[in-house]
Amino acid sequence: MTGLNTIGRGLLRDDANLLEGASHKSERAPSGAGWLKAIGNIQPGLVLAWSVMAVVVLWALFPQWFTSYSATAGVARQQLRAPSAEHWLGTDALGRDLLARIIYGAGNSLSGAFVAVGVGLLVGTALGIIAGSARGRIDGTIMRGVDVLLSIPQLLLSLSIVTLLGFGIVNAAIAVGITSIASFARLARSEVVRVRASDYVEAAFGSGGTFSWVLLRHILPNSLTSVIAFAALQLGWAILTISTLGFLGYGAPPPTPEWGLLIAEGRNYLARAWWLTTVPGIVVIVVVLSANRISQSFGKARA
Amino acid sequence: MSRYMIGRIGQAALVLWAAFTVSFVLLQALPGDAILIKFLNPELGLGPEQIADIRASYAADSPLAVQYLHTVANFLTGNFGYSIHAGVPVGDLILANLPPTLWLSTLGFLLSLALAATLAALSALSPFAWLRSVIQSIPALFISTPVFWLGILLIQIFSFQLKLIPIINPAPWQALILPVVTLAIPISAPLAQILMRNIDHVLTEPFVAVARAKGASHRWVLWKHVAKNAVLPTLTIGGILFGELLAGAVVTEAVFGLNGLGGLTQRSVNDQDIAVLQAIVVFSAAAFVLINLTVDLLYPVFDPRLRVRQGAVA
Repeated sequence: MTGLNTIGRGLLRDDANLLEGASHKSERAPSGAGWLKAIGNIQPGLVLAWSVMAVVVLWALFPQWFTSYSATAGVARQQLRAPSAEHWLGTDALGRDLLARIIYGAGNSLSGAFVAVGVGLLVGTALGIIAGSARGRIDGTIMRGVDVLLSIPQLLLSLSIVTLLGFGIVNAAIAVGITSIASFARLARSEVVRVRASDYVEAAFGSGGTFSWVLLRHILPNSLTSVIAFAALQLGWAILTISTLGFLGYGAPPPTPEWGLLIAEGRNYLARAWWLTTVPGIVVIVVVLSANRISQSFGKARA
Repeated sequence: MSRYMIGRIGQAALVLWAAFTVSFVLLQALPGDAILIKFLNPELGLGPEQIADIRASYAADSPLAVQYLHTVANFLTGNFGYSIHAGVPVGDLILANLPPTLWLSTLGFLLSLALAATLAALSALSPFAWLRSVIQSIPALFISTPVFWLGILLIQIFSFQLKLIPIINPAPWQALILPVVTLAIPISAPLAQILMRNIDHVLTEPFVAVARAKGASHRWVLWKHVAKNAVLPTLTIGGILFGELLAGAVVTEAVFGLNGLGGLTQRSVNDQDIAVLQAIVVFSAAAFVLINLTVDLLYPVFDPRLRVRQGAVA
């Protein structure tokens, strides 16, 4: 048992490494220090990250607010136009406006990512909490299962699940979500074990709290911050992985605008239309970076 | 010590067996039937008896438990079954596709090590705080970049714009340059982050203060005292890196149209070729388990502080 647990802790530490990413340890003033100080504490990067996410969510919810072009119907005789005043990001081989396709694609890519994170968060956290609270044999069984899931490379596991479920964006999202169950379970368990060992939980038990009450009142709220931080990190990762599955052809079927698929379609026009591949990729990078930045801020809030 | 090793090897075998079972259950539960899809094709002109014969030769109609035991026994004797699509033994397919992927991932791994070490060294040596934070944010950018997009971007820049690397009939070494870079960049990111963190951490250790107090220069301290201590913990992510390399190979081979394990994986997903897919999953799980086992067993060799503790645990 010890050996695997050592690896486990190693893995978890690495997740934390990724979480804190390239943080530059900016000291935060104690909270509740007045609004003047609060303004001084605003981190431009974090504001930018939240704004990017807000814009992308709006794209997903109300795409028609942002473009008058259709995402699927092309304009005749406007094929492969370079970016211009008329088509800000140019058009593709069927005369479809690239910006419109990116904006409408946000819905598919983002909802896929949310489904994936939802699956991982719900199932993984539940497993982790059960393992961490029950300990003993149940804990051992669940965590060995998690070890097994982790021993299969994530992309291969999601490919196997996609083969099982069939291609499509929802199935791809579920597959990506299942592969993240293991890391969520691991994190939730370690948080529960950590909080459980603290003095105030001891005190809550001492003052007559039942187990389920202490779990709800103390252990869950105190474990939640790092789980949320991890979920934000996983959101970025899910967007990346779903776009990879889309690129490989296992996600949304062709006329659907999906970011990975957009890049795959643009691949045939590399010599004539650089914007078709370059721009959707940059959008993915910016969104994933924003998700990571937001996750980082949650991680710091706890520390 | 030897009891610890036996226990550790036993655990590895257990995880491997469980991974095999998971992949078996997962892939055997498939609703589609690849044998019927292929052989019910009217052009082949096979009668129902012949199809029944073929199904019997794949043991497709026996109960799941029998199939499971059958597959376990076959895997243990090195028989990974037949690819339903290609009709050749899966072992041969994997062996034939292994060398290009091995080349790609070995070179990619070496380049990612070099990249990560360079980034970590630059950040440790940079004289200005702003430069340091710029360098330290590069891995975050690398992690957020889709691998397939990076490959396409590199083709666009180096093949189409600069025309440095021919697209049609490049020399074998030329054909490898862009895939290796594509694979190395995302893998270097976690390595660089861990190295940077470890360096920051080791720099706060008392022995560094002692070395400084004795008059050692920053560079000397970094090279002589910090480097060794910072590199060791990186070993622990060996297993994860392997998974990343394999995933990267799938995508990179798809982007550059290379043959290899990645291409084979993609084809077997497209064709629902379960035998091949399962063999690849089990193969990669075995490699993951082996790498982690090696890291666990080698760690005390490199870090003498761990020897006593591990003996005590066993």
